Amino acid sequence: MKQPFEQAVADHGAVVLRVCRAVVGPDDAEDAWSEAFLSALRAWPELPDDANVRAWLVTIAHRKAIDVRRAQARRAIPVEALPEQPTRHEDGPEGALPDDALWSALAGLPDKQRLCVAYHHVAGLPHADVAGLVGGTAAAARRAAADGIAALRRTYLLDGVSSHV
Amino acid sequence: MSDRVIEALGRKSATDDVVLESLRERLLARAADDALVDVTYRTVDSPVGRLLVAATDAGLVRVAYESEDHDHVLASLATSIGSRILKNAKGFDEIARELDDYFAGRRRTFDVPVDLRLARGFRLEVLHHLQHIPYGSTESYGQVALAAGNPRAVRAVGTACATNPLPLVVPCHRVVRSDGTLGGYLGGLAAKEYLLALESAAA
Repeated sequence: MKQPFEQAVADHGAVVLRVCRAVVGPDDAEDAWSEAFLSALRAWPELPDDANVRAWLVTIAHRKAIDVRRAQARRAIPVEALPEQPTRHEDGPEGALPDDALWSALAGLPDKQRLCVAYHHVAGLPHADVAGLVGGTAAAARRAAADGIAALRRTYLLDGVSSHV
Repeated sequence: MSDRVIEALGRKSATDDVVLESLRERLLARAADDALVDVTYRTVDSPVGRLLVAATDAGLVRVAYESEDHDHVLASLATSIGSRILKNAKGFDEIARELDDYFAGRRRTFDVPVDLRLARGFRLEVLHHLQHIPYGSTESYGQVALAAGNPRAVRAVGTACATNPLPLVVPCHRVVRSDGTLGGYLGGLAAKEYLLALESAAA
């Protein structure tokens, strides 16, 4: 790619951050973002000029997110079930993320649904590209995204932002 | 109802910009540690407009006026030096301070290391000579041609000045026509006039 890398950060940094939050949760999102952009910077000159930069960055973020989730799994204390209440971050040093409830609701989805929602609805990739990342067919990716959205309507809208209705 | 979930997924949150700024700083620091950066840059305000300053590991490689179109300049740096270009919004303290001092009339020469890799051959010879034209004085294009080793290359001196990658720092504004008129300037004649007036007032 002949274009300055800074442009990729400016154009897609925010979306990739949200994708990372959706995939690995807000606590590890920044590490995943950092690893992804460092790796992207390294490979940038070899990227063809006509490449879809956002899709490429999301692909790298996807791989880094898998690494981060493996690390999470290694340090996680096994639990029987996911907590009912969304995790809150109000007391954290970074302050509250306004859409914490959204990430908690996403965390409650099965992996495939969560990834398909993240890559289609957060990153804006077509279902065929999403299928390329998560495996299976485009139709299956579409279905998983739809199931994920349906589940989020139940968990996020009811628990998370019911006060805004 | 579905729209509200989908909207929430695609919406940027208010704190994202703050987080992204710190992520960018972290990226820049790690990239620098791994020697992955070709060029860093930022802009600084000045009395002659917003200036782009860009550097490689070796030193300041480009200063550009707004009229040169900063995006265009960065795109051309990406082609000529490398596309691993990152903004360093909090860096460049030294050149920013030197420019401030210069425009305040407190500084006559720039001390930051420069990287002249964007100039070659005769143009580079010209730039080397320009670095020795003292603050507050001027030379004609013909005098510079002579000093750079090719007295007949007056037009080429004009081209070297017009393509000077480091205006201000390499003082091409001190080259004027032998009849005393200003000649051209890559930052515009108003800027050239301003700089010469600044230097003659402070000299």
